[in-house]
Amino acid sequence: MRTLKTRDAAVAVAMLALLAVAPVAIGGSRYMLSVLMNCAGLSLVAAGVWITFTIGRINICQAGFALIGAYTTAILMARYGVSYWIALPASALVAAALGALIGSFILKLRGIYFSMLTICLTEAIRLAFLNGGDFTQGSRGITGLQQPFATDSALPMYYLAVALLAVGLVVTWRVHDSRVGRIFHAMRLNEALAESFGTDVWRYRVVAFGIACALGGLGGSYFAVFTQSVYPQSFTVEHSIYYMLYCFLGGLDYVSGAMVGAFALTILFELLSRFQQYQTLVYGVMMIAVILLLPNGVMAIRAAARPSRA
Amino acid sequence: MLQVLVNGLVLGAVYALIALGLTMVFSIMRVVNFAHGQMYMLGGFVVYYLYGEFGLPFWVALPAAAVALAVVGVAFNRFFFQPVLASAAREENSMLMAVGTALLLENLALAFFGEKERGVPPIVDGSFIVGDVSENGAILTYPNALVALLSILFITALLAFVRFTRPGRALRAVAQDAEAARLQGVDVKATTTLGFAIGAALAGLAGGLLVTIYGINSGVGTNISTKAFIMIMVGGAGVTSGAIVGGALLGFAEAIGYEMLPGSVTYLLIFVAMIVFLVFRPNGLFGKPWG
Repeated sequence: MRTLKTRDAAVAVAMLALLAVAPVAIGGSRYMLSVLMNCAGLSLVAAGVWITFTIGRINICQAGFALIGAYTTAILMARYGVSYWIALPASALVAAALGALIGSFILKLRGIYFSMLTICLTEAIRLAFLNGGDFTQGSRGITGLQQPFATDSALPMYYLAVALLAVGLVVTWRVHDSRVGRIFHAMRLNEALAESFGTDVWRYRVVAFGIACALGGLGGSYFAVFTQSVYPQSFTVEHSIYYMLYCFLGGLDYVSGAMVGAFALTILFELLSRFQQYQTLVYGVMMIAVILLLPNGVMAIRAAARPSRA
Repeated sequence: MLQVLVNGLVLGAVYALIALGLTMVFSIMRVVNFAHGQMYMLGGFVVYYLYGEFGLPFWVALPAAAVALAVVGVAFNRFFFQPVLASAAREENSMLMAVGTALLLENLALAFFGEKERGVPPIVDGSFIVGDVSENGAILTYPNALVALLSILFITALLAFVRFTRPGRALRAVAQDAEAARLQGVDVKATTTLGFAIGAALAGLAGGLLVTIYGINSGVGTNISTKAFIMIMVGGAGVTSGAIVGGALLGFAEAIGYEMLPGSVTYLLIFVAMIVFLVFRPNGLFGKPWG
């Protein structure tokens, strides 16, 4: 367990360090930078899914909360002329508040039911924005958002992405490697038993889900200014499923799992773009192969021989 | 209003068929087959090619769709789900596998069939007209009537099969308690395979039926799966009667919604209603607490 934790921390720190110096290595390539920015944003959103995994819930509505974050930012900026630096934390707060509110009702569902319900929730949130009338501008979406930096260079946005990812990792780490994290772990293993030991299960579930949604909102807000637009189609069930896959692929026992998975799959996706129309097909085949061959994620390679935790 | 009821009845019958297939697989393996909608889509394409393109009779094309999907189901079960269920430490892995198969099928279909919307010529022409259409009457076209009739026929046949035959009893036994069934001499592995084959075949049948009304395209899978989730959650996952009631409810809700509300508001309300309902009845109408 000690070695796994060390490896986990080492991977997280090494990846952040690599990201920090990456622009020097790849020069001015806007394409490469944007791929890495994409990866960082996706890791941030997926970290929220990872947190809900730690309480034993398979969360497939993260795209919905990313959409809420993105629309909060877009509406605040485009409609009310609010600065991005206020809209960004506001998006996280709105997503967290809505997540806690919805979560306080739906978190009593478990397993398959919770997963199916969250799929429907993603759809419901998308449809709500689609039918939001003038406020959300329906299927036309909100476009032409100002980027927060006045320069022509992509670097400030890049470092914003890396900084947000670092914040996301620290939050995840603090939540996981603390008393709260151990309570989450106990809840995942046996909710009834945890409750019988005096844990206020309901409250911790809502807290976990709220934090997860906040990360989703933060990521959504970032993507809104990164792409300078948001549409109801920006985050769909398919995206929710991808976030879940990142966590699986990276490994559900590792804080850096979501990040490892997001980077691996996104960069793979870019490399496969040569195969043009077959890229998602290859992606699907690979996914099945990964589950059959690496059932505990990339981070667990070689750790299998050692005693794993719980 | 009568028209809405007629539409709801037709939709409800086919939806029940879709939900039954999903609930069958869930009851036996505790796996939600995310690829159910994609299997529906494949069934539609089998009928499109055999009946629409090659001109074979519909009565050949429809069973062919069921058989083709049963084969897909058996293969999926054997090569994808059994290994994962046997080895995985966490239940999440079988779910991820289900999502992976859905992705695979959808992209295979996109690569082979393209994105175009396909339709087939009607099997029968004409319609029943009840009363005066301009004043609360209703039209039921022969194709719609045929689809509803066949759906109800298949549902009845399945219920009879599960109720009265030996393999059917084995299916019910495994659904209740696989270990106890094994102790009683039931071949659990063969029964599981049979269950998965039937579930997939039902999806294929539903797709093959609805292609005659709505046509088909490679992208409908997720949409159909989501509808199937709504139905089995409202009815109660893994319960036959729940799937039928859930299907009928969704069919009527959709028919009423499309009549009274603009476009996508219908599903927004259906989702909200379902979430509120599940807050009060987490196991659905007839469900057991699966956890």
